[in-house]
Amino acid sequence: MPDALIAWLPYAVAGWVLLVGCIGIVTSNNYVHAVVCLGVVQSATYLLLLAIGWSPHATAPVFADTSTKAKVVDPVVQAMTLTDVVVGATVTALLLALTVQLAKQHGTINPDEVRSLERDQEDE
Amino acid sequence: MSTRLAGRLVLLALGVAGVAAVLVVGFGALPHFGDVSHGYGVRAVAASLSHRTANAVGSVTFDQRAFDTMGEELIMFAAATSAVMLLRRMRDEDEDEAEFGYGGEDVVGALRLTGTAFLPVTLLVGCYVIAHGHLTPGGGFQGGVVLATGMHLAYLAGDYKVLERLRPSSLLDIVESGAVAGYLAVGLIGLGLTGSFLANWVPLGSFGDLLSAGTVPVLNGLVGIEVGAALVLLVARFLDQALLIRGEGEDA
Repeated sequence: MPDALIAWLPYAVAGWVLLVGCIGIVTSNNYVHAVVCLGVVQSATYLLLLAIGWSPHATAPVFADTSTKAKVVDPVVQAMTLTDVVVGATVTALLLALTVQLAKQHGTINPDEVRSLERDQEDE
Repeated sequence: MSTRLAGRLVLLALGVAGVAAVLVVGFGALPHFGDVSHGYGVRAVAASLSHRTANAVGSVTFDQRAFDTMGEELIMFAAATSAVMLLRRMRDEDEDEAEFGYGGEDVVGALRLTGTAFLPVTLLVGCYVIAHGHLTPGGGFQGGVVLATGMHLAYLAGDYKVLERLRPSSLLDIVESGAVAGYLAVGLIGLGLTGSFLANWVPLGSFGDLLSAGTVPVLNGLVGIEVGAALVLLVARFLDQALLIRGEGEDA
């Protein structure tokens, strides 16, 4: 039975992290919190990619001091994870910059208290 | 308001249940953990070794998928530029030069010593990680982040003015754009010399040497410069927001 559990556990964890992040975004009452939840959603993709790339008794795909005949894990998914991390970091920075502007224009970072971008400017 | 929240939660429950069901079906059809056959992985490792690149991940990123990495770099460039634009000083805002909130004299001696000692070490580590990106784990993206983070030790150990002297923003703008242009130039030279965009045109060297792997270390260096400069500029704008810029009627 433990073998069957191990066979699916990494995928199950990735799915759980994805869903828990989505729940966090929807129930969030703070944009900074929502941006962090988006980061949680993204980390599900890192888990899934690295879980797919893993193989038993394999080492890192770096041949600096290992034999070139050594069994290694899949470098393609690792490179994709790198892309994922970089894009995630820049999206986070952009969303946080938008949050700073929102706080300045509307005085709130609660999604429920922000209706439209124009309405507040008319009030001023 | 509470009915809106209740409605939202019902929609959320439906969506979560639906996605969970799709994931269970999808993951169920995947090979067991560890049993995946790595057709691409095996070929990527062979291609990496044939181009004398010790770090197969670096080879995939900057050689085999260099075109995708260019897209990734442009995404990063565009996002960093937009964030910097969003965080610029607005018409009704003043820069507060006098109040930094945190000055050189507030820094504890131990922090000042540690920061000063680690600043050059961290910058050196950043350069090392970039320069050895084709040999050991690391590369332009990772090393660029180390460089940019190390730079901010100057803020922790000294004050904001020290940091501002250390990072000339207008120069970094040019450096950042220049590094992106350099990546394109490496690709275009490859197109001219070999007929394929971003194809390798630098001598491959011998396996495991610092000068090996052809264009991989060149692209690593350019990406490292771009990431470092973009991150420093980005953090600069966020710090300005927190430390310098005051809106109307807002006291320091």
